[in-house]
Amino acid sequence: MNAVHSVPDHQGRFGRFGGRYVPETLVAAVRELETAYEAARRDPSFRRQLARLLREYVGRPTPLWEASRLSQEVGFRVFLKREDLNHTGAHKINNTIGQVLLAQRMGKRRIIAETGAGQHGVATATAAALFGLKAEVYMGAEDVRRQALNVYRMRLLGATVHTVDSGTRTLKDATNEAIRDWVANVRDTFYVIGSVVGPHPYPMMVRDFQSVIGREARAQVLRQAGRLPSHVVAAIGGGSNGMGIFYPFRNDPVALIGVEAAGEGLDSGRHAASINRGSIGVLHGAMSYLLQDEDGQITPAHSISAGLDYPGVGPEHAYYHEIGRARYEAVTDQEALEAFYRLTQLEGILPALESAHAVAWVLREQEQLRREEALVVVNLSGRGDKDVDAVLAQEGKEATGR
Amino acid sequence: MTGREQIAEAFRKARQQGRAALIPYVTAGVPDLRALPEILRALGEAGADLVEVGIPFSDPLADGPVLQRAATWALAQGVRLADIWQTLNGVVDGPVRVALTYVNTVLRRGPETFMGEAARAHLAGAIIPDLPWIEGLEVRRAAQAAGLAVIPLVAPTSTDQHLEAIAQGEGFVYAVSVTGVTGMREEVAAGVEELVRRVRERVDLPVAIGFGISTPEQARQVGKVADGVIVGSALMARIMEAPAEAAEQAFRFTRSLRQALEA
Repeated sequence: MNAVHSVPDHQGRFGRFGGRYVPETLVAAVRELETAYEAARRDPSFRRQLARLLREYVGRPTPLWEASRLSQEVGFRVFLKREDLNHTGAHKINNTIGQVLLAQRMGKRRIIAETGAGQHGVATATAAALFGLKAEVYMGAEDVRRQALNVYRMRLLGATVHTVDSGTRTLKDATNEAIRDWVANVRDTFYVIGSVVGPHPYPMMVRDFQSVIGREARAQVLRQAGRLPSHVVAAIGGGSNGMGIFYPFRNDPVALIGVEAAGEGLDSGRHAASINRGSIGVLHGAMSYLLQDEDGQITPAHSISAGLDYPGVGPEHAYYHEIGRARYEAVTDQEALEAFYRLTQLEGILPALESAHAVAWVLREQEQLRREEALVVVNLSGRGDKDVDAVLAQEGKEATGR
Repeated sequence: MTGREQIAEAFRKARQQGRAALIPYVTAGVPDLRALPEILRALGEAGADLVEVGIPFSDPLADGPVLQRAATWALAQGVRLADIWQTLNGVVDGPVRVALTYVNTVLRRGPETFMGEAARAHLAGAIIPDLPWIEGLEVRRAAQAAGLAVIPLVAPTSTDQHLEAIAQGEGFVYAVSVTGVTGMREEVAAGVEELVRRVRERVDLPVAIGFGISTPEQARQVGKVADGVIVGSALMARIMEAPAEAAEQAFRFTRSLRQALEA
């Protein structure tokens, strides 16, 4: 196992990945954010406030559930880190509470965010409501159409949702538009990024806020199983739930498995597997792996799971891949769907389609894992209620032969 | 003449005539790539001193709605970088040209290959809006080897430290007049004079102003405080409105800007 050096460096680099590829107008703003964040994380009162909010508002710690029927079926122990039990139903809120608390500390009254399926948008709108701040959320027109319920939730929470009509009208374009807003309103606006992507210090800061997942899971598995797991598994879109659970295990003898969305197959051209099938480039302020053509034009991603439907990945994952600290696998839409049904039936837990990708990898690799006498921790990053419509639609397609 | 020298010469010539240099922007591939040589010729005849040639990119995060639409337009026609180079290779005369490109386009090609190809396409420099100075060393080295200038950018939010760092820069300084993306605006931002003054105190290069200049009157005002005036969205909006007469639109509007600068 390769040791992970302390990353990022002072330029925001994880090896050759990361950095700060932003317009000159934003250079001072990302520096200001970095300084403010460094001060906040050393400040005991900030840490106390954050800990209290996570405990009393978000509902942490979330349980580590030993999935006994699933374990029995596969023949080795499987534990689920129940991020689906957080307020708003996913891990996203760990990060938005942290960032909005920081925004308040910096005196920024206006909050902006991008969202794909709407989970990060809802989590941002929730944190903004809690602090009495105004949130504006950018969302691609295609996603607004597919996720009407989340759009309404954000509006109920007092946020303004801006529909983005440019490009592919999905998360990548919503992110472009949020960055444009930030450039224009940089002095009074705080941009809450939803994953371990973007210019430094975002990948580091979001990782730090999400690391609460791994810190809890590590202590819980030691207590409940009396040992470290052999594998920690998480779905990877931008990669915030993955980095959140991986990071506290980085120096342990534990295999870290990131599961990308293979969509309709890695060779179908319709997937979101940036590490497995992408190449190195710069998108949204950082150098990492992305889906692009020979000219460097970003190509559309596809996944049944809206939260994984992004043509890039966080730079720290790119680094973990390059140094061999984590392994990045991929499962298809179909495999994720099957895992969605299986987990629901075996454990009475409807996983988000994102999280179902992590479960699907465990099911697919069960023979090998059984031989290794594995003990697996899966990050169940969110609940699946939001995906019931998508799953129903998929069943409809299958019933009519597509 | 190297690209750096061509740029310096273009600004010198304008200054000798007692006016700011005029720098229109066009997206390569709008209305189509075949029209580009004719548009470049029209811009030259109308009095452009330099021309920015935009390389269309799928995710142009420094651009407002008009230039986003232009990029989408060009990409929808299947415009490839190799085709842009080939088209520009064939246009030898006319105003000095600099590329406007996003950094991923450069990195995907490899900085050395990109700059070599750009030099063969008679480009004098490159403006890369999402490559901040501190991340740009490798790209600047590649450009220097090919005789091109990587144009430094400054914004109202730039620190003095940045302004001092770009004193080593080449070509001209691209001053973003507003905090925001490209696009047409009613008024020229009030902080422009202050920004130009701050740059001139530290940097010995001509200063051109862009973002938000859309009328001859605004060009005239900006031309009084800066060494160059950049106009993009207003020109591309006219070209996209009347694509069949793109060159004529380009000529007419650029002519009106040039006359305003001479007034």
